[in-house]
Amino acid sequence: MNGEQAYLTIEELKEKAIVIRQTIITMISAAQAGHPGGSLSAADIVTALYFRVMRIDPQNPKWEDRDRFILSKGHACPVWYSALAERGYYDRSHIYTLRKLNSLLQGHADMIKTPGVDFTVGSLGQGICAGVGMALAGKLHKKDYHVWVMIGDGETQEGSVWEAAMAGAKWKLDNLTVILDQNGLQNDSFCVDVMPVESLAEKWRAFCWNVVEIDGHDMAQVVSALENARQVKGVATIIIAKTVKGRGVSFMENEPAWHGKAPDEAQTKQALEEISGGLK
Amino acid sequence: MNRNRLEYCYLLPEIIDLLSTDDIYSPDPFAKVKKQATRFAYSEAVIELAGRNPNVVVLDADVSKSIGTDKFAAMFPERSFNFGIAEQNMMAAAAGMATTGLIPFVSTYAVFASLRALDQVRNSIHYPRLNVKIAASHSGITPGPDGVTHQGQEDISLLRSIANSTVIATADSPTTKLAVWAAAEYDGPVYLSFTRDPVPFLFDMDFPFQIGRIETIHTGNDATIIAMRDLLPQALVAAAVLAREGIQARVLYCHTIKPLDEQAVLQAAAETGAVVTAENNVIFGGLGSAVAEILVENHPIPMQRVGVRDVFTESGPYLELIRKYGLTSEYIIDAVKNVLARKVKQYNL
Repeated sequence: MNGEQAYLTIEELKEKAIVIRQTIITMISAAQAGHPGGSLSAADIVTALYFRVMRIDPQNPKWEDRDRFILSKGHACPVWYSALAERGYYDRSHIYTLRKLNSLLQGHADMIKTPGVDFTVGSLGQGICAGVGMALAGKLHKKDYHVWVMIGDGETQEGSVWEAAMAGAKWKLDNLTVILDQNGLQNDSFCVDVMPVESLAEKWRAFCWNVVEIDGHDMAQVVSALENARQVKGVATIIIAKTVKGRGVSFMENEPAWHGKAPDEAQTKQALEEISGGLK
Repeated sequence: MNRNRLEYCYLLPEIIDLLSTDDIYSPDPFAKVKKQATRFAYSEAVIELAGRNPNVVVLDADVSKSIGTDKFAAMFPERSFNFGIAEQNMMAAAAGMATTGLIPFVSTYAVFASLRALDQVRNSIHYPRLNVKIAASHSGITPGPDGVTHQGQEDISLLRSIANSTVIATADSPTTKLAVWAAAEYDGPVYLSFTRDPVPFLFDMDFPFQIGRIETIHTGNDATIIAMRDLLPQALVAAAVLAREGIQARVLYCHTIKPLDEQAVLQAAAETGAVVTAENNVIFGGLGSAVAEILVENHPIPMQRVGVRDVFTESGPYLELIRKYGLTSEYIIDAVKNVLARKVKQYNL
């Protein structure tokens, strides 16, 4: 095993996810800007990836045999930054610089600036395509690394997502797993009102992917789905994870307004209290 | 015109000879010269390159037969990836490949590379400065018969406006091959643009190709013509015709529009006092704009741009089309005479 691979138990992962959510709120509050809703919905999955499933070495972020992670829904980067900070890719103090001048932590993730960020994201529908490229390169190089890509359900409105879906099927990219953070909301409102994307499972099955549906906040299900996905051969896997946008903070949950808004001081205090108490 | 009267640097002898004949007044002065569409020079070059560099991969979007990269696919099946008619996925996938050390050459038409997938080209390739080579055929209005939807007449302008970009538009097959190999040596994104139609061989493989350099290929001190891609032969014809009228026009080959060889532009401006640019690209934001930006800030002199005006063109054979839309030698000649008149007027004042 290379580096300091983490392997937390389900219970430990649940505890770690609390820390990740607290860090998300803390950094967005400090920046007074950012996207809390989609960061919180993704928190359990990203925690499982960085603290159990992924083969990575925080001391060697460019290690060529590492697993890759791409947060294609790049606006949710606070969850990524939190996991990377907790995992030791950079000092935790950087979280207070989010979106500020001269920061490692850009408003949308920048692979040149941020250690551990495997691809630059922000313009939706591109990270998944880059993941296809990394998976193809892995096969060409005969490497056994796995490429993990998280997309949003709103993001599936981008046509390029379906271009990538075709490519994943054509090349049988079993070294690529896409996790769809299905929180049901997007910037303007509910997906079903803006532009319905259902039925996502049927669509991905029609595109010849191995489709796994889980509760994206049930840590045992999350870990099991991710670990199984690595073992599947001959077909690309998508894990459709039903999630709650704003998960863990009562006033943010399922509330479109919290897609891209920072909590004020009182809201921050309440959010941190709810996260540390409510989820245990 | 012979070698003694016309000092030259790099032109092939047959081109030098041609410029001294009356053939230069014919609709296609280069009718008897060896020609090749530079898209095929690209595919030949990338095949040769792949033989010596295992990191080279080629990505296609269902136009591999048109560009000649189908031959690459036959020779290097493991390193060939046809993404179908899905240029956006192809561009971002190339970026993903580049993060692993591969050197992807992404082959499609200029209009799709520079427009349909421009968001991917900007955000996934140039912003992270990834080592992707964008190989764009059918640049400018060279795909004449295909019509407007397939004419990449803005590609140079669009790519030039993106940070971290290197933009190349070679004039003939030999320098296209040299450009492909130079691009592979360069670490970072490079946009290479090619012609659909055959263009004359002007140089041999000894041409000193260097990204970011302008080469003087025809000397003269009355005015300077700076030309790129398929208008370089038109510029040479213009210079030959002008020479018979006693006007000595210098011709510069600008194969790299970005980074522009500012020193070469300023030196020619200082020595000749009048500049004409010639590009098969819209006159907004391309070679003419790039030269104008340098001149206006450093050495303002009479200047005129030859290029596609504010118009969409139409279907038509390549040479007839570029004549109708003002890109051929006679328009360059007119432009040279205009800037010369303005230069003379300046001196009289």
